[in-house]
Amino acid sequence: MKALCWEGVNKLSVEQVPDPELRGDQDVIVRLVAGTTCGSDLHLIGGYIPAMRAGDVIGHEFLGEVVEVGSAVRKHKVGDRVVVCSFVGCGRCWYCANDLWSLCDNTNTNPGIGEAMFGAATGGIFGYSHAMGGLRGSHAEYVRVPFADYGAFKVPEGVDDTSALFVSDSVPTGWMGADLAGVKPGDVVAVWGCGAVGQMAARAAMLLGAERVISIDRLPERLEMTERHIGSEVIDYTATDVEAELRERTGGRGPDVCIEAVGMEAHGDTPMHVYDQVKQQLRLQTDRPTAVRQAIRACRKGGTVFVLGVFGGAVDKFPLGAVVNKGLTLRGAQMHGQRYIPMLLDRVAAGELGTSHLATHSVSLDEAPRAYEMFKKKTDGCVRAVIRPGG
Amino acid sequence: MSTTHTKKALWTAAAGLAAGGAAAVAQRSRARRTAPADTDRWLAVTVNRGPGDIQPDKLPAPLQEYGERIETRIRPAPGDRGTELAVRLKEPQPEAAHSVTARIAGDDPRQDLRRALREAKSLLEAGEVMRPDTPPTTHDTPGGKLVGLLSRRASGEGVL
Repeated sequence: MKALCWEGVNKLSVEQVPDPELRGDQDVIVRLVAGTTCGSDLHLIGGYIPAMRAGDVIGHEFLGEVVEVGSAVRKHKVGDRVVVCSFVGCGRCWYCANDLWSLCDNTNTNPGIGEAMFGAATGGIFGYSHAMGGLRGSHAEYVRVPFADYGAFKVPEGVDDTSALFVSDSVPTGWMGADLAGVKPGDVVAVWGCGAVGQMAARAAMLLGAERVISIDRLPERLEMTERHIGSEVIDYTATDVEAELRERTGGRGPDVCIEAVGMEAHGDTPMHVYDQVKQQLRLQTDRPTAVRQAIRACRKGGTVFVLGVFGGAVDKFPLGAVVNKGLTLRGAQMHGQRYIPMLLDRVAAGELGTSHLATHSVSLDEAPRAYEMFKKKTDGCVRAVIRPGG
Repeated sequence: MSTTHTKKALWTAAAGLAAGGAAAVAQRSRARRTAPADTDRWLAVTVNRGPGDIQPDKLPAPLQEYGERIETRIRPAPGDRGTELAVRLKEPQPEAAHSVTARIAGDDPRQDLRRALREAKSLLEAGEVMRPDTPPTTHDTPGGKLVGLLSRRASGEGVL
C-alpha cells in the first residue's frame, strides 16, 4: 500500500510499505477515508522529537472504515465508519480505568525509551516516533488499530466525514485543556494559538461556561477564522503588548485560566524568542517555551495554566518563581481522547461544535508532502490539510 | 536523505535519549552509595487487578516459564490501585552480566525478566501483549539502525 513516510529531517515522501496485519485479537484494520495534518507532526518532521526512523509512517488523526476485525473485538464489525483516537489505550490498566488514557501502561511497545526520557512511559500514539510507542501512522491506505473496542468510535449517522475527522484528536485535545484546567462559569480564559487545537480549546471553554474567551495568534487568517467560527475575542500579538492587553481587558487581574496550545516551536516577536531559537538550534534546549512563559506571566494570581502544546524535553528560563509566588496551578497532558470522544461526537451531531471550517485544504495521499510543506509554512491560509487516500 | 539531515536526525535522537539516559545513570550512581545494588532490587509493576486474581502459582506464561529461578512478591497496592507484583532472580548474577556492554548486547538476564514482567502485566490487565507493526521499516539508515537497536532493547530496559 501507499503511505506517507518520514525520511529524515524535513523530508517526507510517499512510498510503498507492506499492508498492516492483525497482530492481536483486539485489533481491527481500518481503510483510511481521511486523515489530517497536525501541528505536532511538524515537531517530528523537523527533527525535534527523537527516536524517528527513516521509513516511519506518520499521521495520527484519522477516520475510516473497518475492513478486518480481530477475534476478540466486540464493538465493531466490517463496514463500520469509525473515528479513531490518536492515543491507544488498553482500557483496563489503572490509568485507562481512571480516564487518563494517554498514560496507558500497555500500549507503548518501547517503554524503556519513554522511561529514559521522562521517568515513565506514555501510552502509544499512532505515527509519533519509537519513543511514543513505535506504532505505524495513519497517513496510508490502511492502518492497524490495536484495542479497537476502546479507541475506535462509530460515527453517528448525519455527521459528515470532515466534521468527524477532527474528533479524532484536535477536538478532544482542546476540550481536555479547558476541562482539566477547570474552566467554570464566569471565568475569563485566554488561549495561546489559533490552530485547530487552540480553536477547539476556546470553543470548549465557551461551552463550559466561560464568560469571556480571548485567543492569541499572529496570523490574520487564523485570527479571523477564530473570531468568525468560534466567536472568541482575539489578540494579534505582533500588534500589541499581550500582557498589557490582557490586563486591560480583565480589570487588571489577568485571565483566570490560560491555555497554551502552541508547543515546542513557538514563535514570538521579542528578544526572548531569538534567544529560544538560538538555544534550540544549538540543542542547548530542546523546546521553545515562549508562549508558556507568557501564559504564566499573564495569568491572574491563583489562576491555572494548562500546557496543551506538545513539549518533548527541557526548556530554559522557565519562570518557576512566578508559578510559586503567584500561587498558580500548572498542568499539562497528552490527550485522553477516549474520555471525551463519544460526548464530542454527540455535540458535533447536535450542531454545538463546528469543526469542518478547520479543513482549509483537501489533498490526495500523493500530494501529502506538499500539503505538509504548505501547512508548515502556513501559506495559502492553511489551517489543516485533509489527506484523502482514496482521492 | 542528505548528510546534513542525517547528522541532524542522529544528533537530535542522541541528544534527547542521552539526556534521559544520563539522568537515569546519574540517579543510579547516587543511589548506589546507600541503596542495595541494582542486581538485588525487585522489579515491580502494579497490576490493576485484585490481589485474589494474582496467584504465585498461576502467573502468566512469561513469568511461569521462569519456574523456581525467580522470587515473587505479591501484595495489595494502597488506595485501590490494584496489586503490586514484584520479581527478581534468585541466583546472584556476576557484575559483568549487568555491564553496559551486556545490556547493549541484550545479554543482561534482568532484561528478559523485565520484559516478562511487563508482558505478564499486559496479559493480566488487557488479555494480550500489544505488538508493534512489522516490519518496523522498509529501509534503514545509520540513525534508523540506532533507533532499531534501542527499540529492540526497550521492553527489557527502563526504570522498572
